[in-house]
Amino acid sequence: MTPLFWRACWLIFRKDWLQEQRSRELISLMTLFGLLSTLTFSFALQLDRLSRVESVSGILWVTILFAMILGMDRSAGNDRENEMFLAILLSPIPRAAIFVGKSIANALFALTIGGILIGLMTFLYNLPLLQPMIFLILLLLVIGLASVGTLLATMTVQTRSRSTLLPIVMLPTALPLILAAVSATIPLIAQSDTNNVGATWIQLMVVLDGVYFGLAVLLFDFVVEE
Amino acid sequence: MSAIIQVEALSKAYSYKLALKQVSFEVERQSFVGILGHNGSGKSTLIKLLCGLSKPSQGRITIGGWSIPQELGAVRAQLGLVSHALMLSPTLTARENLRFYGGLYAVPALDERMNDLLETVGLARFADQPIKTFSRGMQQRLSIARAFLHDPSILLLDEPFTGLDQTASKMLINLLEQAQTQGRTIVMVTHQVELALQYCDRLLVLSRGQLQYSGQATDFSLAQYEEILRR
Repeated sequence: MTPLFWRACWLIFRKDWLQEQRSRELISLMTLFGLLSTLTFSFALQLDRLSRVESVSGILWVTILFAMILGMDRSAGNDRENEMFLAILLSPIPRAAIFVGKSIANALFALTIGGILIGLMTFLYNLPLLQPMIFLILLLLVIGLASVGTLLATMTVQTRSRSTLLPIVMLPTALPLILAAVSATIPLIAQSDTNNVGATWIQLMVVLDGVYFGLAVLLFDFVVEE
Repeated sequence: MSAIIQVEALSKAYSYKLALKQVSFEVERQSFVGILGHNGSGKSTLIKLLCGLSKPSQGRITIGGWSIPQELGAVRAQLGLVSHALMLSPTLTARENLRFYGGLYAVPALDERMNDLLETVGLARFADQPIKTFSRGMQQRLSIARAFLHDPSILLLDEPFTGLDQTASKMLINLLEQAQTQGRTIVMVTHQVELALQYCDRLLVLSRGQLQYSGQATDFSLAQYEEILRR
């Protein structure tokens, strides 16, 4: 990966970031969805303290997954409008750089939403979610989901039923990462991680991120071919 | 003059239809070639195949001796594409859009080049406005500036006059004539037969995915074109 590759990544990322700065479309959409989901779960599930510990991590990470699906679908759609994506594909930059640049942008949008949701859930459920390890789990989850999501969104945006197809292909693919994130979070919230179980799940997330990212980089070239 | 683009027995099939059937032609360096045909005749498919954005089902395309799409990387920087779609971000300003593409093509002295092009397409005054506030004609002019930004040696134009008013059309024609005298090769898909007859050196006429005419524009007439469409 040469400096030219990273420069191309930066240009793609900067374009997505600038577009978002101007329109505030993705972050607004994702935040609104995240807030409404969290509040709905909060009112719908009358949980005692023990059930809350077990349920909240699931609610948190699944809400972030759904918000990311919405955001990544819209982001890929923005590039398809006016065929901007075709013009980018025609430029002499490595296609992997397009993938990496877009993934970083998608990940940063999701991290912003994740931070907001963690703060909100701490307040709503009165649980110790504001921990460095929870933010590490958020980071690992977002890296994996952004990798696989950017690839799948690029693929599904070319189809007529893109908005329904993306969740269908994304949910089963993201399941191992979500399960690992939930399992890593429960002992941290319960503050009962005496056997360091959480760390094992976090290690698994690192491995899954590596697999997702590596596969997505390799497959991106095939996905963007007609 | 030598052929810069060679197309041999090119076919493209989609799952539901054959868009191009056994199309063969050559485009000479520094020529201005017009591709004519009615809707669905395969013109836009041909342009997509020429820029490597679509893979041929059969046949062979070479540009400057490189096989497309297998060796596309070698010629990407030589291609400029103007489509009826803008290929620009509506939320970014004209300058930001050009800066983005200039970066992708590593255009030297980018600021100077952007200013020159914005001046040429008459958008210098609007350079720092988001292009969603532009009229369709202004957006299309910026799209033309984008395609010229990296000084490509081959220009592929897919209905470039869509949305352009008379002044902007005249400006585009001037730009294309200037580009040709500077040694560039131009391949243009258009519906506007009179325009193609007037400005193109050579014409290719497609009908139902098949090449019906390939020859000098001076040897072709509007009546012949209408006859092809009627068949």
